[in-house]
Amino acid sequence: MSGSADTPSGLSALDRPNSYIGRAVPRPNLTRLMQGRGQYVSDMTLPRMGHVVYVRSPYAHARILGIDSTDAKAMPGVIAVVTGAELAQVCTPWVGVLSHLKGLKSAPQYPIAVDRACWQGEAVAAVIATSRAIAEDAAEQVIVDYEELEPVTDMRTALDPETPVIHPDLGDNLAFERKLDAGEVDRAFAEADAVVDAEFVFGRHTGVTLESRSVLADWNAGEGRLTVYQGTQAPHMMQNIFAKHLSLEEAQVRVVCKDVGGSFGIKVHVYADEMATAALSKLLRRPVKFVADRIESFATDIHARDHRCYGKIGVMKDGTITAFEIDDLTGIGPYSMYPRTSAIEANQVVNLVGGPYTAQNYRARARVVFQNKNVTCQYRAVGHPIACSVTEGLVDLAARAIGMDPAEIRRRNLIQDDAYPCGSPSGLKFEALSHHAALNKLLAMMNYDALRVEQAELRQRGIYRGIGLASFIEVTNPSAAFYGVGGARISSQDGVTVRLDATGSVTCQTSITEQGQGSEAITAQVVATAIGVPMERVRVILGDTDNTPYGGGTWASRAAGIGGEAAWQAGKALRNNILAAAATILQADPATLDVVDGVVVDKGTTRQRIGLDEMARITYFRPDTLPPGFQAELMATRHFVPRQYPFAFTNGVQASWLEVDIETGFVTLLKHWVVEDCGTIINPQLVDEQIRGGVVQGLGPALYEHCRYDESGQLTNGNMADYLVPMAAEMPDIEVGHVVSPTLETELGAKGAGEAGTAGAAAAVANAVNDALSPFDVLITEIPLTPELILKELKRF
Amino acid sequence: MIAPVSITLMVNDEHVNAHVSPRTHLADFLRDHLGLTGTHLGCEHGVCGACTVRLDGDIVRGCLVLAVQADGAVVETIEGLSDSGEIADLQEAFRNRNALQCGYCTPGMLIAVQELLRQQSNPSRETIREHLSGNYCRCTGYHAIVDAVEATVRARNGANA
Amino acid sequence: MKASDFNYVCPSSVEEATSLLALHGDGAKVIAGGQSLVPALNLRLLAPEILIDIGRIGTLRYISVADGMVRIGALARHVDLLNSQEIAEHVPLLAEAITYVAHPAIRNRGTIGGNLAHADPASELPACMMALDAVMVISGPSGERRVAASEFFLGIYETALAPDELLIGLEIPVTAAGSRFYFHEFSRRNGDFAIAGLAAQANVRDGTVESLRLAYFAIGGRPTLAAHAAAKVARQPIGPAVIADAQSALAEDLEPHDDQQASSAMRLHLAKVLLERCMSDLVQDQEMKRKALQ
Repeated sequence: MSGSADTPSGLSALDRPNSYIGRAVPRPNLTRLMQGRGQYVSDMTLPRMGHVVYVRSPYAHARILGIDSTDAKAMPGVIAVVTGAELAQVCTPWVGVLSHLKGLKSAPQYPIAVDRACWQGEAVAAVIATSRAIAEDAAEQVIVDYEELEPVTDMRTALDPETPVIHPDLGDNLAFERKLDAGEVDRAFAEADAVVDAEFVFGRHTGVTLESRSVLADWNAGEGRLTVYQGTQAPHMMQNIFAKHLSLEEAQVRVVCKDVGGSFGIKVHVYADEMATAALSKLLRRPVKFVADRIESFATDIHARDHRCYGKIGVMKDGTITAFEIDDLTGIGPYSMYPRTSAIEANQVVNLVGGPYTAQNYRARARVVFQNKNVTCQYRAVGHPIACSVTEGLVDLAARAIGMDPAEIRRRNLIQDDAYPCGSPSGLKFEALSHHAALNKLLAMMNYDALRVEQAELRQRGIYRGIGLASFIEVTNPSAAFYGVGGARISSQDGVTVRLDATGSVTCQTSITEQGQGSEAITAQVVATAIGVPMERVRVILGDTDNTPYGGGTWASRAAGIGGEAAWQAGKALRNNILAAAATILQADPATLDVVDGVVVDKGTTRQRIGLDEMARITYFRPDTLPPGFQAELMATRHFVPRQYPFAFTNGVQASWLEVDIETGFVTLLKHWVVEDCGTIINPQLVDEQIRGGVVQGLGPALYEHCRYDESGQLTNGNMADYLVPMAAEMPDIEVGHVVSPTLETELGAKGAGEAGTAGAAAAVANAVNDALSPFDVLITEIPLTPELILKELKRF
Repeated sequence: MIAPVSITLMVNDEHVNAHVSPRTHLADFLRDHLGLTGTHLGCEHGVCGACTVRLDGDIVRGCLVLAVQADGAVVETIEGLSDSGEIADLQEAFRNRNALQCGYCTPGMLIAVQELLRQQSNPSRETIREHLSGNYCRCTGYHAIVDAVEATVRARNGANA
Repeated sequence: MKASDFNYVCPSSVEEATSLLALHGDGAKVIAGGQSLVPALNLRLLAPEILIDIGRIGTLRYISVADGMVRIGALARHVDLLNSQEIAEHVPLLAEAITYVAHPAIRNRGTIGGNLAHADPASELPACMMALDAVMVISGPSGERRVAASEFFLGIYETALAPDELLIGLEIPVTAAGSRFYFHEFSRRNGDFAIAGLAAQANVRDGTVESLRLAYFAIGGRPTLAAHAAAKVARQPIGPAVIADAQSALAEDLEPHDDQQASSAMRLHLAKVLLERCMSDLVQDQEMKRKALQ
């Protein structure tokens, strides 16, 4: 455990009296949400507010020859109809590239398409009216003259010479390529007792946040200020970008993020229609609200995955894995998304494949291509499910090739728990992981050996059940290495301000944001512990660029590890300031005092000396009674960013137990287990629920979720009846266990836990399905694992 | 433009008279006309369950009922059920179990759960999952929700024993 | 995603409703529970000029049993059927099938008349009507007429109803004592529309099956009675060879379609699986199954 310098008793900082660290404290903001008294952007109205509806391209690729909005403009209730060319006068275009992703290219993207639509669903005009319904009525009357262009839809042929180039200025449809060659891959394969390979296919899917993307932009021409109420994970990033592209100073822009109905990476990007909404507010000098409807969400919320990844593994008879090789191809739509780019996922795949294992021979290539489909970008567990499914699928194939149990081959190849710090062939630095402890714990939790016996018995009776294992590593606590070094103005540091109020309560402002993860709760827990006050006396303010320190927000599993540490340091600083003031009032040595449960006490005896309410009263209202020259500072701010490691890697392992009906191809999930290691656990309940929710977000794409496009680039199932999200009846109970390896880079020792569930769930399911079907000599390396796919492989029809 | 239609109904124990366009669905009416924004919209095509409200004692999808169809009806929303205390124990169980994250599905989820608990005194986990299979939650993975429902069942049965 | 503007009228009698239908013709849509119609309105897949809301015609809301006939009013909701002792006792197939229809909030609002008149080929209840040999009671300008279920469902969202006619109820013969039923569907998630489903009703004597009606749904554009397959098993001792024979005959009975969920070949395959499971279920004692419904 880290950070013992804080208390002389030898207790760690986290073992302070009445510590909230490690306790399953209920989140303070839940009651409001449960009573329907939250405030989501979609709930908000402002005086003179207009509702915008976007006219969207019905074609995947088309030139816009003309837009006739005469009839639409004449309809009662219509405020304006605005084209891309008109809006380009107010808002400048952007290009989604980062300099550290060498060679990444993209084309300028406008808030509304100017002369060409590049995917079905791209906005080509805006209709603003006094209600959403009227705006929709009018949008039907906007006549757009299109010239259909040949769309690029199949990523496999996107680079062929006969395929049209979507952005001719770029020369070709290759957005990004990365190659890696570490160790002696050819020799390792040549020397292996068995070499096996497969192509792994990952369907496109999307986030389906229950509250769709929502933004309410309010340009106050009198103040010269733009206030944007937005469901976003990164308010300061959005503030910078609104200012930049609307030609404003950052100080002229305020981004306010109230309650958010789910994010998962969907709401951390710059969407053209949200930029357009802000620009329209400026143009029309009145508030404009955009709430994507569900059909728009499917067509325009970023999609993710859509990879085809060839993989190869070499293995010795004793189970030693000699090498991994991958060749990954992904289609990202017509633009690299701004500002985080759409090359990160493929880059992550290259980084993460083989990550849990000792093999040092690794070759990889990733190619990222443009196509005329909706854009893809970072969604929960970016790249992890692909890397994990390829790696773990290959490891199971290797085990099968040499006749070894899947648990055993992992035991023989996972990096030893005492081998840290160490690195991966792709250049990742691991501070401390616990693959073996996690695997052992998982096998015990699931009673692996007994489950294998049960499986064999059932198989005799024609019941086909499978067990699938998946070890994984997870990227958390990203430093500037993620985006900042590439030139993106995305903060990797976070800040927290804490203030003792006049009644002894604490107001805390943090730059991390809350979309349900529990950011508010863990911040209150950390601050209450650091200062020594009851948690209910801490009020946390977040999601407002006017009222919080500058910081990154909540994404990439960074809130607890980075924002939590900033909160810890700020809380400690305030406690020291409190002790200085109390010592002055009590005429005592501050080193002999502590704060416990809202009262200044004598350290050691815990004899109560003065309540924080009384101390604050004196400080704020009777400073005249304090000695001359003493100024109390009952507010403190601290920032934190990881410097030693670019990322705090975590690890874990998952297992799936399921049944395949070999006559129908239907898969029934029976049980799921996860053991993960996110370092210090601030709130075990919140961590467990991050894991469970994450698992189900991995089970969805494993079995159900798929954005299906036809050859002409039409999304054919973009509604909730046809795009199948996981629902309660089909999801299993999920048992979660932990191993704790704190990071020493912070005093709290917390790492992230947001991606772990999603990272390994699909891999565990795919391995379990193949395990269930092993008597039939089939191998399925494609998700979603639909009944049709399974029946085809079983040659049932 | 179609002329609005006059309707009279009871919403959370209050008499409401209003003029609504026939095309306005009940969820929009509650949100936009009455400011009852606890009823959420997730899909507006009857799949996600976020707009679940009670109509004459039964749960319905607020987006699949026209406000004009609710003329003369009794409507209860999450605000009403919260203020009456009817689901206070269920809400407490959700809070203790962290059975919500972003909270957007939660009003609909709570109303759907309460219907099940009024119909069945001791539902299995499977029955709970089936009953809630029309209510989408992207955050929790459902396990915690099922746990919270079970906890409420136990508490209510204990209180009645 | 808001519906287009439409007028709204709420007749208080069947006569008023049918004359409104005659008056407004194609521009009118009938709404009852609205559980299929309102999504289509919200998505602007339909934009009628006027909605005729029959939901307040009280005379259409009944379930009764008399003279060997179960009579159900068009406005009986799914939940009314689910909670009905009469349905559980006299047409248990229907009671079981209702549990597969959508979700509680939909079943609380959706009506059987609306379900049948909508004629979604993936819907459970039209197939049940075929298996149960039900009769649709239709009211129009020239009075009432009755149409057998097998003549009522014509295609995707297409029925024998004329534009000025209203489905006002249905009549189902009480199933014979000792008769047996089978219902199952394959859907990806609980409450989803099926990829393939089967509603079956039969009399079983001494291990042989008589008067078997196999009504498939979600396979092809309308619910379909598999008469050839049923003939193969009639009065035969049920065994693998007979079942295989009947499965082969399904190719003559069904015209499975392709969609995103399943190819036609997969649907035919699933139809065969359903047939096998149906036959093995029908020869089992069904006491437990019936009790569970009551």
